[in-house]
Amino acid sequence: MSFSKIKFDKKIVLSFWIILIALIIAAPTLLPVFRLNLLGRYLSLSIVALGVDLIWGYTGLLSLGQGIFFALGGYCAAMYLQITSSSEFPNNIPEFFALYGVEKLPFFWEPFRSPIFTFFAIWIIPALIAGLIGFLVFRNRIKGVYFSILTQASLLVFFNFFNGQQKLINGTNGLKTDVTQLFGQMVGSESMQRIFFWITAMLVIAAWFFAKWVIKGRFGNILIGIRDDEPRVRFTGYNPVIFKTIIFSIAGGLAGISGALYTVQSGIVSPQFMTVPFSIEMVIWVAVGGRGTLLGAILGAVFINYAKSLVSEALPASWMFIQGGLFILVVTALPEGVLGWIKGDGPRNLLQRFGLKRKIETYPSLEVNNKEVNNE
Amino acid sequence: MELLFDSLFNGVAIGSVLLVAALGLAIVFGLMGVINLAHGELMMLGAYTTYVTQLIFKLPILKPFYNSYIIVSIFLAFIVSGVVGILLEKTIIRRLYGSPLETLLATWGVSLILQQFVRSVPLAYGTGLVISLIIGLFLPSTFPSKIKESINFKYFKFSTWLFAALTGVLTGSIISSSVSKLSRASARNVDVTAPSWMRGQVEIIGTAFPKTRLMIIVITLISVIAITLFLNQSAWGMRIRAVTQNRQMSDCLGISTEKVDIITFGIGSGLAGVAGVAVSLLGSVGPNVGGNYIVGCFMVVVLGGVGNLLGTVFASFGIGIMTDLIGAGRLLSIWPDMPLPLSNTINFFATTSMARVMIFALIVIFLQFKPTGLFPQKGRMVEN
Amino acid sequence: MRISRRILAGLATASLAVTATSCGGGGTSGSFDDTVTVGILHSLSGTMAISESTLVDTEKMAIEEINAAGGVKVGGKSYKIEYIVEDGASDWPTFAEKSKKLIDQDGVPVVFGGWTSASRKAMLPVYESKDAFLYYPIQYEAQECSNNIFYTGATPNQQSEPATDFMYKRSPAAGGDFFLVGSDYVFPRTSNTITKAQVKQLGGKVVGEDYLPLGNTEVAPIISKIKKALPEGGIIINTLNGDQNVAFFKQIQDAGITPSSGYYVMNYSIAEEEISTIGPEFLEGHYGAWNYMMSIDTPASKKFAKSFKKRWGADRVVADPQESAYNMVYLWKQAVEDAGTFDDNAVREALVGQKFDAPQGPVEVMPNHHLSQTVRIGEINAEGGFTILEETGVVLPQAWNQKHPSSKGFACDWTDPSKGEKYKL
Repeated sequence: MSFSKIKFDKKIVLSFWIILIALIIAAPTLLPVFRLNLLGRYLSLSIVALGVDLIWGYTGLLSLGQGIFFALGGYCAAMYLQITSSSEFPNNIPEFFALYGVEKLPFFWEPFRSPIFTFFAIWIIPALIAGLIGFLVFRNRIKGVYFSILTQASLLVFFNFFNGQQKLINGTNGLKTDVTQLFGQMVGSESMQRIFFWITAMLVIAAWFFAKWVIKGRFGNILIGIRDDEPRVRFTGYNPVIFKTIIFSIAGGLAGISGALYTVQSGIVSPQFMTVPFSIEMVIWVAVGGRGTLLGAILGAVFINYAKSLVSEALPASWMFIQGGLFILVVTALPEGVLGWIKGDGPRNLLQRFGLKRKIETYPSLEVNNKEVNNE
Repeated sequence: MELLFDSLFNGVAIGSVLLVAALGLAIVFGLMGVINLAHGELMMLGAYTTYVTQLIFKLPILKPFYNSYIIVSIFLAFIVSGVVGILLEKTIIRRLYGSPLETLLATWGVSLILQQFVRSVPLAYGTGLVISLIIGLFLPSTFPSKIKESINFKYFKFSTWLFAALTGVLTGSIISSSVSKLSRASARNVDVTAPSWMRGQVEIIGTAFPKTRLMIIVITLISVIAITLFLNQSAWGMRIRAVTQNRQMSDCLGISTEKVDIITFGIGSGLAGVAGVAVSLLGSVGPNVGGNYIVGCFMVVVLGGVGNLLGTVFASFGIGIMTDLIGAGRLLSIWPDMPLPLSNTINFFATTSMARVMIFALIVIFLQFKPTGLFPQKGRMVEN
Repeated sequence: MRISRRILAGLATASLAVTATSCGGGGTSGSFDDTVTVGILHSLSGTMAISESTLVDTEKMAIEEINAAGGVKVGGKSYKIEYIVEDGASDWPTFAEKSKKLIDQDGVPVVFGGWTSASRKAMLPVYESKDAFLYYPIQYEAQECSNNIFYTGATPNQQSEPATDFMYKRSPAAGGDFFLVGSDYVFPRTSNTITKAQVKQLGGKVVGEDYLPLGNTEVAPIISKIKKALPEGGIIINTLNGDQNVAFFKQIQDAGITPSSGYYVMNYSIAEEEISTIGPEFLEGHYGAWNYMMSIDTPASKKFAKSFKKRWGADRVVADPQESAYNMVYLWKQAVEDAGTFDDNAVREALVGQKFDAPQGPVEVMPNHHLSQTVRIGEINAEGGFTILEETGVVLPQAWNQKHPSSKGFACDWTDPSKGEKYKL
């Protein structure tokens, strides 16, 4: 019986969830502030990883431009926070505008005065833009590596735009959120950060359930069909363009939520979120965790980032080597990722290599019969 | 008229840098379908080769030939990047043929490692390593066939590698003790100074042109011509084209596809090295020098139409001319009294960063109408 | 025999170089009563590592010097300074993250760090929200005055303003038109806003400006703009960053934009270190403005250069940012000793008014957390140094620039609770 097929008892599942939730609630008391903050940020990254897994792991679309949607979500959140906390600055607009001699708030900032608008903007704007980019690209049947290269080019368009527009969006410096106010509390304060941690943890779970729901049923089957043989899906009468556009904009929306959570916890959103390496890193989290397994995406994002921060504290120069090696290793030796490897009986194969005996499992009935024979 | 001429030259100058950088990629990506994100880092190796060559030519023995170091470094850069490319093909890319997305991720990993490598290993020992790679990879193939076929060939191979490693360490140490600048690892950018005959300007039909730019255009032209001749006239070129068109059939006809893969990838990588020489003439040489070009290179190849060298040429010059037109706001000087909203828009994009936004956006829009680029490959498959 | 030993030594360096350098405070010594750990936060990887690693070297040297002279003496006890080096990775959010780590996890009393304005802007909210203290050593655009940051670099009125004045009035291109070139981020943009206001006051004309995105080295469009805007030569103010300067100077020389044809470039980001990278043959005859130049002929300056070379290699040079980094470690030590405690608030109070005989000459900490410094204008010479042409007296720092439209008439004073960050003069 392979790992993936183990059916857990309902009680075990329930107690697992209870322990998990207890851990989340207790985390702020168990971890020092700095580590808690890191964990919160990495958990928020796992939401964007879920999106990458949906489009790459399940639909076969390797996007190298998820940073666009991630950063857009972050910018939406930061614009709201900046604008609500700008009453003490000249002209009642965020402080940085004064540096460039801007006196009037650019028009697109206006709607972000409203918390309700912002709440929806954080995920709807990235989803819409993802849908638009996706539709234009998929409509022309651009796929595979061409899709990857085009998403990367779009990423550069957005990066250069945000980076070059000091007067509109503060350019390279980005927008800071740590000293802004939300509901009368300072965003960077410990109590707010604790709340953000809880929100993040809950949203990760919610996103996981959502992603599970998306890949279930006929919709999910079509996605996998597109991944494995797109022309056949098309000839069967489905229009892959619609399905690909929908899933790409779902991933964009998830990236937006992720970016907003990441921004409020790291205290800054900047065009650096739209650099090429960061978007490729997102793919590697999923690849290491296991593409096509939702849990793998979450665990991959959290563990790789944690490892990155630990390694770069101890040996700053070696992280690039480790990361590069990880990319090569995963692609050549573990194409299904760690979770895929476990599911695919990797550990047993490894044990067998070390001389441990492996039980026959292809024909469970045979085993049972054997027993019966022995008993007689 | 002079303005137009100047603009055209500028566009060609910018385009030729793009072209020489994208040429190797056009071969590796266009002919083999391999997405090599480490292409930029192979360029970087070429640029560092130029730097090392320059310093070695400053040694007393080679001093009289100093002025020709740049010519020598073109060949050396081709060899260095080519050998590293071959090693890459033999160890990683060979396992990943047919799955381009996986190649993309693996080569990105390679690019990270190469970047960090030049930061944390002294260039002298890097040179030593490359020398031992060259010996180790090529010496066994020069053995007489009697040895090659003998059962103990693996021991011969092993001792070749041992010899190669020793030679590498030795040359590394010699270089490190004679050129102090190469003996320490450094994350700092270094600089290549063009020899005096390549500095300054030259006057053609009343307009002054920078000599380095002309040199780059010449390097690009020679590379394009050489690679076209090679692909169309030589026996190996024919084999490469055969394998590109139908791998199984070529295999059946007795072409060693393995060898063809190595040669194609080696040439593509070597051209990246040549591009590195060109780039080192323009700016400083550092670990990130290649990364600045890689996305642009892919856009050139995609825009030109994959697998079509002529398309790559047109695409890079097109992008070059557009960059100059938009980035320098030239339309305004050509048509000074255009309506205000239009001139405002042009001014908005007439900065270097916004010109980039505009160019990439234009390419993405263009691909909406011609998804397969300027010169698409023709085929009747559902998947192409 | 001799060669083989050198080869062996070379091998040893190679193996050392492969294992990355890690942090730590050096050897132990019995003569200290206790230790204090400070944080050093600069980019050790990524594009900025090139510049910032020299600051780490200087800060380490200053700390070693202080330790060798008996450490920090607080309340009759002598403390050995140890340090934790963190990598900002040329990534602004990482600077904020690592600051949090140094403050919360390691509990350091002070962090020496940063280079780019963007990294400082990213760190600022962290230090303000945690009420911790950052020392920032780079000349920058000012328009900022945090109670939690102490700035030892020059403000625009201590660098760009005297330089613009010099270019317009006394340089060979005096009276000419200005063209402004910079990298696309906050320092060049703000600095150029100030320059534009100043040129207007002087009666001159700015005929063009352009910004190169960080990492981009294709300067051909900028060169054609310069040629179009300044056909007969003129003044170019250059605030390009790091390696972009190499591309710029190589290509403008090839395009005939040289001092001999009437184009003079005033640089705010090119110090001795950069001159040696770019090559003096490309820069000869252009200008630079700094507080410290290696060619300053005083014992303090010579000693600084000599000990740096002794510590890190004879081919290394010292430059203005390093001098600022060196000063700030000493100023922190003096302030701690005066305050008699490592406590942030007491040190902050003791800091204002501290005087130090720096390699550039005497400096003093002003109530706005900036330093009063000497400004020097130099011409770049063939040897890769500056020939000092002008030297002002000590110039007081303006945290809020008096020429920038948004901050005219404002000042900063942290010693007076009624004034604070920004008050009207």
